[in-house]
Amino acid sequence: MRKTNDLILQTVTKVISFIIILFSIHLFFAGHYTPGGGFIGGLMTAAALVLLLLAYDIKTLDNILPFDYKLMTAAGLLIAVLTAAGSLLFNVPFFTHAYDYFDLPLLGETSLHTAVLFDIGVYMVVIGITMTIIQTIGESE
Amino acid sequence: MEFLMCIVVGILFASAVYLMLSKSLLRIIIGTGLLSHGAHLLLLTMSGLKTGAAPILNDNISSYTDPLPQALVLTAIVISFGVTAFFLVLAYRTYQELGTDNMEEMRGTESHD
Amino acid sequence: MSLLHLAIVLPFLAAVFIPFLFKGLKSIHTGWFVLLVPLFLFIYFIQYLPVTGDGETVTKTFEWIPSLGINFIAHVDGLGLLFAMLITGIGALVVLYSIYYLAKEKEALHNFYVYLLMFMGAMLGVVLSDNLIVLYMFWEFTSISSFLLIGYWYDRERSRYGAQKSMLITVFGGLSMLGGIVLLYLMGGTFSIQELIGLSDVLITDPLFVPALLLILLGAFTKSAQFPFHIWLPDAMEAPTPVSAYLHSATMVKAGIYLVARMSPVFAESGLWLWLVAGFGIFTLFWGSFNAVKQTDLKALLAYSTISQLGLIMSLLGVGAAALHYDYLDDNIYMIATIAAVFHLINHATFKGSLFMMAGIVDHETGTRDIRKLGGLVNLMPITFTIAIIGSFSMAGLPPFNGFLSKEMFLTGMLSVLELDLFNLSTWGVLFPVIAWIASVFTFVYSIKLVFKTFLGKPQFDKLPKKPHEAPIGMLISPLVLITLVVVFGFFPNLLSNSLIKPAVEAILPSLVESGQEVDVHIYFWHGFQPELFMTLGIILFGIVLYSTLAKWQGVYNRIPERFTLNGLYDRGLSGSESGGYRLTSGVMTGFMRTYLVYIFSFFVAILMSTLIIKQGFVYDTSGLAAIKSYEVILALVLVAGAVTILFAKSRLTSIVALGVVGYSVALFFVLFRAPDLALTQLVIETVTVALFLLCFYHLPEISRKEERMRFRFGNAVLSVLVGITITLIAMSAFSQRSSESISQYHIDNVYELAAGGNMVNVILVDFRGFDTLFEICVLGVAALGIYAMIRYRSARSENE
Repeated sequence: MRKTNDLILQTVTKVISFIIILFSIHLFFAGHYTPGGGFIGGLMTAAALVLLLLAYDIKTLDNILPFDYKLMTAAGLLIAVLTAAGSLLFNVPFFTHAYDYFDLPLLGETSLHTAVLFDIGVYMVVIGITMTIIQTIGESE
Repeated sequence: MEFLMCIVVGILFASAVYLMLSKSLLRIIIGTGLLSHGAHLLLLTMSGLKTGAAPILNDNISSYTDPLPQALVLTAIVISFGVTAFFLVLAYRTYQELGTDNMEEMRGTESHD
Repeated sequence: MSLLHLAIVLPFLAAVFIPFLFKGLKSIHTGWFVLLVPLFLFIYFIQYLPVTGDGETVTKTFEWIPSLGINFIAHVDGLGLLFAMLITGIGALVVLYSIYYLAKEKEALHNFYVYLLMFMGAMLGVVLSDNLIVLYMFWEFTSISSFLLIGYWYDRERSRYGAQKSMLITVFGGLSMLGGIVLLYLMGGTFSIQELIGLSDVLITDPLFVPALLLILLGAFTKSAQFPFHIWLPDAMEAPTPVSAYLHSATMVKAGIYLVARMSPVFAESGLWLWLVAGFGIFTLFWGSFNAVKQTDLKALLAYSTISQLGLIMSLLGVGAAALHYDYLDDNIYMIATIAAVFHLINHATFKGSLFMMAGIVDHETGTRDIRKLGGLVNLMPITFTIAIIGSFSMAGLPPFNGFLSKEMFLTGMLSVLELDLFNLSTWGVLFPVIAWIASVFTFVYSIKLVFKTFLGKPQFDKLPKKPHEAPIGMLISPLVLITLVVVFGFFPNLLSNSLIKPAVEAILPSLVESGQEVDVHIYFWHGFQPELFMTLGIILFGIVLYSTLAKWQGVYNRIPERFTLNGLYDRGLSGSESGGYRLTSGVMTGFMRTYLVYIFSFFVAILMSTLIIKQGFVYDTSGLAAIKSYEVILALVLVAGAVTILFAKSRLTSIVALGVVGYSVALFFVLFRAPDLALTQLVIETVTVALFLLCFYHLPEISRKEERMRFRFGNAVLSVLVGITITLIAMSAFSQRSSESISQYHIDNVYELAAGGNMVNVILVDFRGFDTLFEICVLGVAALGIYAMIRYRSARSENE
């Protein structure tokens, strides 16, 4: 990446990227009932990170968020597969989801669903691959 | 509306194929991008357009648009992103290694045998 | 999964541990561990002997793919048990022999024993499966393990050649057998052999009956090395000798025999079956024995002799099928042929197994298998000589060994053809005993040659690479056990008759048992002065004459030019198809991607358009269409303008921006089409994609189109317009007519009840069609890794330079 030294862009990015990330997390959790979900949430988060990347440079981003995105992809895949395979333990076919309603402190009655676990896997994979792609291309210069 | 979309899809496909048949690597990649746009619209069009509300469950609504093609297209969008990124890097590495983006100059089957 | 199933897959399970045992316990020969498997299985199968002896069968079902009618049905009857005992019994002896034959220091034993166990399990699966698809699966497993074992010394050119040849021929046969199995399923509606046997009366009237019969026989003939597919067996002798003794004489090549025996009740009502099985069998018998005489390599001689003996068993099974036509007779003389087939099967396994081991010992101790260099070994290797002479005499059909008994029965079986009056056998049937007799003479000649040239005659030890001496005792145990059986079965053949032969014959000829006939197995030494006895005397007489004049008539073999032999035909066919294929591909594959795309798109247009026209599929229905709003038209125009801009763009930046315009317009269309998830995704993706393009921007060349001539562009334009039109027409027909209701109503109805969700698209993605998503993220992961590798690999390499 070319060295950029754009003060306005950097300041705005600081604020905006956090808003985007928060929004993406909202999208992710809302996905079961309203538009959103793992794909969109993940992409949105990745987009915020790309924005940071454009405003600063790879090293700075690496210092702020020292993730290995390849590991993140792998972990996401593992979570997804394990969630799917978990149903085998309960003697139901592969990929059978389960859900129930719980009374949680603070949140009140909440529905917990194993599909969310699977979606977390998808979410992580999407962030992981997008950032792996962008980072490797960026670093190759 | 469906009629209009059919024509639009046709034009998208035609442009995509034209680009893919050219000799420049970048144009080929852009062609594949257009092709996936065309395919996504085609999938939606084939299932019928605007047949109901958005597929978000609501007790007051009885008719929804078909959610299945939408789910398929969503998958396809993300996949095509992955594929486009892959092509792009492939092209850029090819250009770096071979110093050309002309497909005709890259033919190399004879020399490898 | 029952104990029986476990027994069948036990060798596979054991194979998993072999590499660890080989690596971990270097001081113990891996073979000792392997030996436990067949030994245990042999003992396990013995307990079934009383069961099948009473005419009972055992069937255990394990559901595998029940929806397709494919279940792992283990079926133990007389025939299957006989083979299972051969496989495990000979298997144990061969493993024991291999412990001394293959040195643990030099050989890759972990490979060898894994292949061997794989073969053993596959073979057990073949003979004990009632379901044809499962049988086929194990059948191909035997081909693969045989391929691996022949190519065990893969650094030898001949090994690779032999392995490839056996693979090509047996897998070709296997595939045609699969075709036959499918045809049988189409006719009978079941893959179960036992059920098909019950349907045999119906099947014979079906027009598919003859094709099914031919295809199944093709599978059996290639596997059992029947003429003209026998050519792979001599080349398979490149395998280590224990393998030759096991796979290529005692067990695998008998899988074809097994199949013919097993399918006899299904097909044998047809005259075609009798003629083909008996005809090919008898000719193979002759051809194999005739060619065996000229061989100078010990193992090649044994290979041709195996081919010929397999032909013998095959012809007996063919003639035995005649018994089914006479199930009203009380004293069924054709049954003797089937009894002889089963009896000879056992005998052949014993004497041929020991002869192969003998050849291995000679090879191991002298360093050569070439008969021309051997001779006079009798004083140095007396035990090996004993093995050789008993085995050969049994093979030649001399008393008092078991080969004599089955050879006599074989002649009886062939003579019985003379009394048949169906399928024109009364005119041509006389050929059977004649050919059988001639072939037996040659069998006698090569059997004598095998012993006399190796062990008697003038010693010429100076020609040998090694100084010969008797083999270690461990190597002699297995052939001695087998040769003892040869003698024991020779003197007491009725040990086998009720325990093994009778149940097996009953399994081959079930309809005879049903109609109340007694399968009466009594094997005698002395039949009185019958034609068989005179034939045997004639064989010995002529055999001695031919052997002593061998030098004078040996020139006959050189009369056939190499070009016209089957091997020459095979080699030329193979290289011809290779060079032809190369010429074809180099004509089609120009190395220019556009050419391939032109092929793809032309076929795309041609196939879809012609289908539309032929099936009159084009329908345009204007009812129920969504209304068009003015802003939608504008959006469509923007999209089209974006796409067209790319076509004429001269700079890469314009192209990328125009692609972005198209992408965002598509996102807006998603909004209009009530697809909020899609719109969101498309917006973000488009942003990231444009960012990606810009990242690569500096690395990509400027678009130059100078070299594209007008004709080139015009051709492209025509093709792309055709593709566009095709798509438009298909899209119109697609929404205008629906052959069935959309399945998504199920998703809409159940989204809350079953999945507790409200966003149908997301619920479909993570729940209803979660598999799609799972595989999708896998693909994405692969793409990301690919990109990472493409860039990092270069970096690592340039650092090295």
